[in-house]
Amino acid sequence: MADLTRIYDVLVIGGGNAALCAAVTAREAGASVLLLESAPKPFRGGNSRHTRNFRGMHQAPTKVLTGSYLEDEYWDDLRRVTGGITDEPLARMTIRVSAEMTPWMEACGVRFQPALSGTLSLSRTNAFFLGGGKALLNAYYATAERLGVDILYDAEVTNLHVDDGFVRSAEFNHRGFPASVTARCVVAAAGGFQANLDWMRQYWGDAVDNFVIRGTPYAKGRVLKTLLDQGVAPIGDPTQFHAVALDARSPQFDGGISTRLDSVPFSVVLNRDGVRFYDEGEDVWPKRYAIWGRLIAQQPGQIAYSICDAKAYSLFMPSVYPAIKADSLAELAHKLGLDVGTVERTVAEYNAAVQPGRFDSTGLDECRTEGLTPPKTHWARRIEEAPFYGYPLRPGITFTYLGVKVNENARMLMADGRPSANLFASGEIMAGNILGRGYLAGFGMTIGTVFGRIAGREAARAARN
Amino acid sequence: MADLPLPSEAMADARHNMEICNACRYCEGFCAVFPAMQLKREFSDGDLNYLANLCHGCQGCFYACQYAPPHPWGINVPQAFAALRVESYAEHAWPRPMAKLFERNGTAVSLLTALAVALVLLLAGSLQSPDVMLRAHSGPGAFFAVISYQAMVWSASAVFLFALLAMAMSTTAFWRASGGGTITAKALAHALHDSMTLRNLGGGGDGCNYPGEGFSHQRRWLHHAMAYGFLLCFAATSVATLYHHGLGLVAPYDLLSLPVLLGTVGGILMLIGTAGLLWLKVLADPAPAARAVLGGEYAMLILLAGVAKTGLLLLAFRATPAMGWLLALHLGFVLALFLALPYSKFIHGLFRTAALVRSHQER
Repeated sequence: MADLTRIYDVLVIGGGNAALCAAVTAREAGASVLLLESAPKPFRGGNSRHTRNFRGMHQAPTKVLTGSYLEDEYWDDLRRVTGGITDEPLARMTIRVSAEMTPWMEACGVRFQPALSGTLSLSRTNAFFLGGGKALLNAYYATAERLGVDILYDAEVTNLHVDDGFVRSAEFNHRGFPASVTARCVVAAAGGFQANLDWMRQYWGDAVDNFVIRGTPYAKGRVLKTLLDQGVAPIGDPTQFHAVALDARSPQFDGGISTRLDSVPFSVVLNRDGVRFYDEGEDVWPKRYAIWGRLIAQQPGQIAYSICDAKAYSLFMPSVYPAIKADSLAELAHKLGLDVGTVERTVAEYNAAVQPGRFDSTGLDECRTEGLTPPKTHWARRIEEAPFYGYPLRPGITFTYLGVKVNENARMLMADGRPSANLFASGEIMAGNILGRGYLAGFGMTIGTVFGRIAGREAARAARN
Repeated sequence: MADLPLPSEAMADARHNMEICNACRYCEGFCAVFPAMQLKREFSDGDLNYLANLCHGCQGCFYACQYAPPHPWGINVPQAFAALRVESYAEHAWPRPMAKLFERNGTAVSLLTALAVALVLLLAGSLQSPDVMLRAHSGPGAFFAVISYQAMVWSASAVFLFALLAMAMSTTAFWRASGGGTITAKALAHALHDSMTLRNLGGGGDGCNYPGEGFSHQRRWLHHAMAYGFLLCFAATSVATLYHHGLGLVAPYDLLSLPVLLGTVGGILMLIGTAGLLWLKVLADPAPAARAVLGGEYAMLILLAGVAKTGLLLLAFRATPAMGWLLALHLGFVLALFLALPYSKFIHGLFRTAALVRSHQER
């Protein structure tokens, strides 16, 4: 039972993967630990609830990963997606430590799918959690409870009292009632601020009303804000977020993985005005899905429509909401609420520009347009075979990049460069140190696990001194 | 049901679940349901009946689900499929009017049991003199002094053969309606292996999430005890029939004879299995359960436990004056079980194996 009158060695703020890794590690090291999760129990786990895999370095095949994935290749992948907006020593350290993580995860009860059975071609680089992120969280929570970590749900931290880089206590709302707790060290693992629409509005204006937040509605960024307000050094561009294209009919929060749409490369994408705005076939979808959120966010009304015909329909993953289906293009345009004449003209121009060539849905093929702006450079086939299918698309925000600056011991750095005496961070709240832009599948869980372990270890050590 | 114009609530719920699951696919590592689901883009009623029967109710997907209640999508595959399974038993019941028995299956099986036991007791009491019923009998033919061999064999055979016919008709109808084609030997062999090991109930892994969120093999082992106990009892009866007709040996048999050994071990296993499964059911987390089907499940477990318990009691007291009524009681439970086979939870074994055959054929 949590006892708010005592002084805990380590207070962990947050309830996702990074928080649990920190809490379990600190408790294993002998510290008394209180974990405050802002969500109620059924929604515990932040964005980790919606994750699926962990990207791990390995020299040789393991039980859960095939082949090998060495530091340099991993680093190259990261450098490419971030465009160099990363911290090489921190990133390489994270990559190296990732190689040691899966046995510890399994010892905590985390189960993986056997290597090779994943739907995605990622079994070399990524270990898939059996049942996904929520199953992983269940295992961590069970382990934390067994070890004696005190856990409070529905406990949103609203304020930290930081005094010259030294945190003294935390205020929080527990089931709506104000409370406070004192701890020797604090690990902030409370995520980004993507679910705080008012904060997002500062950078994006009223467009945020058309954004869908893919993950938890509890990532309000209050802990991040109170830290930055009290002199912790920021990292990452506050205006930037990771966003994908997803079904516009999705719930505003928590739609998770299944709301994504993979139809784009096999369709044409029109904006509200019925015209195309970007090359839908620029590259294979796993390398492009993450740019479409931003592309749509920049269109009028932050909405777009993916349109394909019968021959393309079975080429992509089924959608969570049924496609809007029509026997003619005009009928489809009408059902989507688009101007019929414009859509017919856009598709006619596109069809006329399609060149003959070998079609291959599994790789870069020869089907492209000629003389069309913007072009469609692969998988371009005429849209002519009824029935026609359409999906409305919105930007779906995964996470924000703004965070707190940390060193290799997960210790927060103050604006003047000095390390904080007793503030640590793990997970999304510090991921911007390593992942300043873009995304690498499963790397968020890697950062959370590696830094969660480090933060838990260092906080337990600092609490003893 | 087939004659209803609209899909039932259970069918609509199962479809809602599968359409969302098919866009997510995080559970693909759990059991046979999800790989089978991934082969479809749209789900016919037959497909959903098939998937529902492929589901073993291990509940792994429920606890792992990011969309489980209170998420507004309310994904609860074990619950949706349990409800749909019972509808599929009803839809393919033979003869057709018997479908009604699945509507309140707990009540139906309980009433049937009460009536069958009462009937046998009444018949024994009215056809046999009290003197014979209350006297100790010994030596070959002791049982038949109480209830005649002819009456026992002819009624048991008639009821059992009818049950076999009804189950065959139901399973065939289910197989056809769910889209199954010609059965290959290989698929059948794999399916039987899966059935007999309960691989999809967490066999080979860490077990299933029953009775709660933690992983456990209890349910699988208890089900094995019950199912293999039942088969041993069935084997005991078969061996006894051979003894009687082939070797001219007349029951009761010696305690160390094959029929009695098989029956004793089988009966004890059945008791352990049914008692354990009943206990787990009491403990079980209600969230992934379908309340409407629980009655039928309890009734079947209690009936099986009744068969086992009365059989063991009969064995224990067969040399005493209690034998007469205990025999009648045991035969009453056996009659009830045979009558209930096609119209109770018991049918799940056949439908599930059929679904496993299809899943192996489609691989």
